[in-house]
Amino acid sequence: MYQPGDKNNKVKPEVEGLSKEKAAKLIEETLELYPAKAKKKRAPHLAPNDPEDKGCAVRSNKKTLPGVMSARGCAYAGAKGVVWGPIRDMVHISHGPVGCGWYSWGTRRNLTTGVPGVSSFSGMQFTSDFQEKDIVYGGDKKLETICREVKELFPLAKGISVLSECPVGLIGDDINATAKKMAGELEVPVVPCNCEGFRGVSQSLGHHISNDTIRDHIIGTREFDEEPGPYDIALIGDYNIGGDIWSAVKVLEEIGLNVKAQWTGDGQIEHIAATHKVKLNLIHCYRSMNYMCKVMEEKYGIPWLEFNFFGPTKIKESLRAIAERFDDKIKENVERVIAKYDPIMQAILDEYRPRLEGKKVMIFVGGLRPRHTIGAYEDLGMVCVGSGYEFAHSDDYDRTYPEMPKGSLVFDDASEKEMEVFAEAIKPDLVASGIKEKYVFQKMGLPFRQMHSWDYSGPYHGYDGFAIFARDIDMAINSPTWKLVKSPF
Amino acid sequence: MSEAVKKVVEITPEEEARVLEWTKSKEYLEKNLAREATVINPAHGCQPVGAQLAAHGFEGSLPFVHGSQGCASYYRSTLNRHFREPAPAVSDAMTEDGAVFGGQNNLFEGLENAYKLYSPKIMPIFTSCMPEIIGDDLTAFIKNARLKGHIPEDFPLPYANTPSFNGTHIHGYDAMLKAILEDLTAGKRVEGACTGKLNLIAGFDACTGNYREYKRLLDAMEVPHTLLADISETFDSPLDGEYQYYPGGTPLAEAAESINGKATISVQKYATASTMKFINQEYGGKHEVLPMPIGVQATDAFLLKVSQLFGKPVPESIKAERGRVVDAMTDAHQYLHNKKFAIFGDPDQLLALAGFLLEMGAKPYHVLCSRASKKFDKEMKALLESSPYGKGCHVWTNKDLWHLRSILLDDPVDMMLGDTHGKFAARETGTPLIRIGFPIIDRVNVHRYPIIGYQGALNLLTWTANKFLDIKDDTCEDQWFEMMR
Repeated sequence: MYQPGDKNNKVKPEVEGLSKEKAAKLIEETLELYPAKAKKKRAPHLAPNDPEDKGCAVRSNKKTLPGVMSARGCAYAGAKGVVWGPIRDMVHISHGPVGCGWYSWGTRRNLTTGVPGVSSFSGMQFTSDFQEKDIVYGGDKKLETICREVKELFPLAKGISVLSECPVGLIGDDINATAKKMAGELEVPVVPCNCEGFRGVSQSLGHHISNDTIRDHIIGTREFDEEPGPYDIALIGDYNIGGDIWSAVKVLEEIGLNVKAQWTGDGQIEHIAATHKVKLNLIHCYRSMNYMCKVMEEKYGIPWLEFNFFGPTKIKESLRAIAERFDDKIKENVERVIAKYDPIMQAILDEYRPRLEGKKVMIFVGGLRPRHTIGAYEDLGMVCVGSGYEFAHSDDYDRTYPEMPKGSLVFDDASEKEMEVFAEAIKPDLVASGIKEKYVFQKMGLPFRQMHSWDYSGPYHGYDGFAIFARDIDMAINSPTWKLVKSPF
Repeated sequence: MSEAVKKVVEITPEEEARVLEWTKSKEYLEKNLAREATVINPAHGCQPVGAQLAAHGFEGSLPFVHGSQGCASYYRSTLNRHFREPAPAVSDAMTEDGAVFGGQNNLFEGLENAYKLYSPKIMPIFTSCMPEIIGDDLTAFIKNARLKGHIPEDFPLPYANTPSFNGTHIHGYDAMLKAILEDLTAGKRVEGACTGKLNLIAGFDACTGNYREYKRLLDAMEVPHTLLADISETFDSPLDGEYQYYPGGTPLAEAAESINGKATISVQKYATASTMKFINQEYGGKHEVLPMPIGVQATDAFLLKVSQLFGKPVPESIKAERGRVVDAMTDAHQYLHNKKFAIFGDPDQLLALAGFLLEMGAKPYHVLCSRASKKFDKEMKALLESSPYGKGCHVWTNKDLWHLRSILLDDPVDMMLGDTHGKFAARETGTPLIRIGFPIIDRVNVHRYPIIGYQGALNLLTWTANKFLDIKDDTCEDQWFEMMR
């Protein structure tokens, strides 16, 4: 569990070849590459890890430096690509010019059930495709027409979200008034989300803005048809990348819990609207949805708990922590489920651990992965030599330091240059990062897994996921293709 | 709360099935085609991604997005996914304060940082929505950046306005290419001087194989050439353990000299309109805009034009290549003859693909362009009318891939040609899709195989004919399963 200051988190000792001094020196050398002003701005974002030392904290959630290659997205990306987009039974309108919706179409692998174009719309791309006249005269009238057309062509859609792109905010369109009017006329929720890309410093603000819109427009507006039960929970902050949520739900149901709502991977808006009736919220991606957990705790008294189903060690820890919130029946179920899967997990470790023992991984992703996946690598015998986030806040880093060995590198909003220099110096056996980084490191001859999207594989979460994770990590590092990189002539 | 909270209502399987059937009806087709404002599954991106593609085609070039950081990430990841290659580009990360005060300070800081950190030789600048709407004056900003010493006086910084609410990726390509050529060739025109070279402009073409094929054909013709915005190495560099930011690209000095070329050919009319206007005004030599050389006749036309301009005969080796592909086409014509195709994508590529299908005796039955002009509509219709196989074919402009789904359910075809985004309509209508165009993000290596020239015709023919044969083998009843096809 990732409760700051948790006594269970022992400080991980330094790993051979890594030390605080060495990491500090490497950071110093890297910063020399920047012009003076940029160097000063970047310095607080890089640090050697030392959970015992208060000074190791990196600064986060600050503006990206202009002219520096960053992996960050924007508020719209956080709203459409992360929070709203995966809700399967709503139509999500990328409101503004065509590009934002086109680039974010299908690229985050939020898998859904349902019939495409009938009861499931996440795999489609709806846009108002703003033209110059819409910029000049405003797009509110067009938005009304779109809502009516959507209602007519997709009668089973349970609602509409309006995700505003940069121009909408800049020209001063009032999508809130339009949405209110159309919600009344069409008798479905029409949720305006003012997530223009220029707001904030990264996709993180888009998560927050979206959470606020769920709070204001959705939560509490429905109730489940059946009576509430003692084991009703909701799964928050899982976007079903490569089927992760299906794998997680399977484990939770095996221990006897009822997952009443999924936020938002393969999610249904009316289930989400009724989440205020569950007994516990389990949160996977803290960064994108802690806001809503806190709201539900304050307003409806629903407790929440962070959990981590990456790798058998963390699954076991998480299951026991979840069981603590319930009665003996669940506790017994948890032990039974652990006993059932232990030998299956052991067989995976027996197969892969000898091939991966001691291998070094450098992680740079978003959301929860820079800390949550560390345990899974460690299960495979690997060591985390560096980790960083694209868009984290300090509470994410507080949860990360205890997971990392002393002397490993911590980097916030790392530039591509920093990552390259670190990789050259540390020579990791695996880089786990995003699509923009993937081919850079592969050209350097470094094995890579694209960890936003599981490199078109998955699931990685849950017991089913670990089998796939272990196979993929072994495949990445031990592929014979890497031996061909250096030519004999 | 005054009224009771509503209960969760589940969609029943019966309702799902009923609505699914309805979406396949004639009534739905009509409603769908009557749509005025909603665009669903568009087949076009916005200008800046095209600008970035053009910018990547020059030596030492670091594309520079003036605007929000998020936009740059989207363009980069789209190019990454298509080519499976790095796409180094930066933005000056404008946020709320940029919206209020303008983006000049972001530009200053961005130029300084990018110049020091990534050592480019040129930074083509293009805009995303935000600076376009707030009215940033890039000409003044760049001038000020030089005056204030944020960037060396002589460092090339061509810039293009590429608002996303106007045109598509092909127009961004055009605007950026024009800006780069204007910048690099400024003051280089020498009256009477001639490099003796052909300048070739491929247009918005995300197939690295095509660029290599153009160069191979021109080499075989012994025609000295400059391929402008050459992305063949940029997006297809060798893996040898060394990461290079800027592999390949048209050398800057060569691009500068292109103004004194013997001739300039663009093979994409719609994607290079403003570039060719500039070239017509400023460049020496002869200028031609030809159809994209897809299929035998278009390739013939291309080679004949090159031959004519340079007084070089088409060599025997290329004639033999032509003969081989014609042989292949006659061998395989029976598998394509009268087959109906739906094709979608950019105007120039659609015209060229339609040309290839017609010469195979196949029908470009539904041609769909999700943003196109009346001029394109007219030209495509004229092309279709020029052949008996074009009779009864349909041109759909300013329609999207959700329209195409309905159209194909109502009036099906045998095969679709287009990019990955067509796979939803393909699956729902049971139509095989051969991936052509941009982006192709669900198949590997396709962009490495040319579709232009005789080799390209052979590739197109091989993919389409064999797909039909695969389908036959996969679906026929036992009594029709034969050794020979």
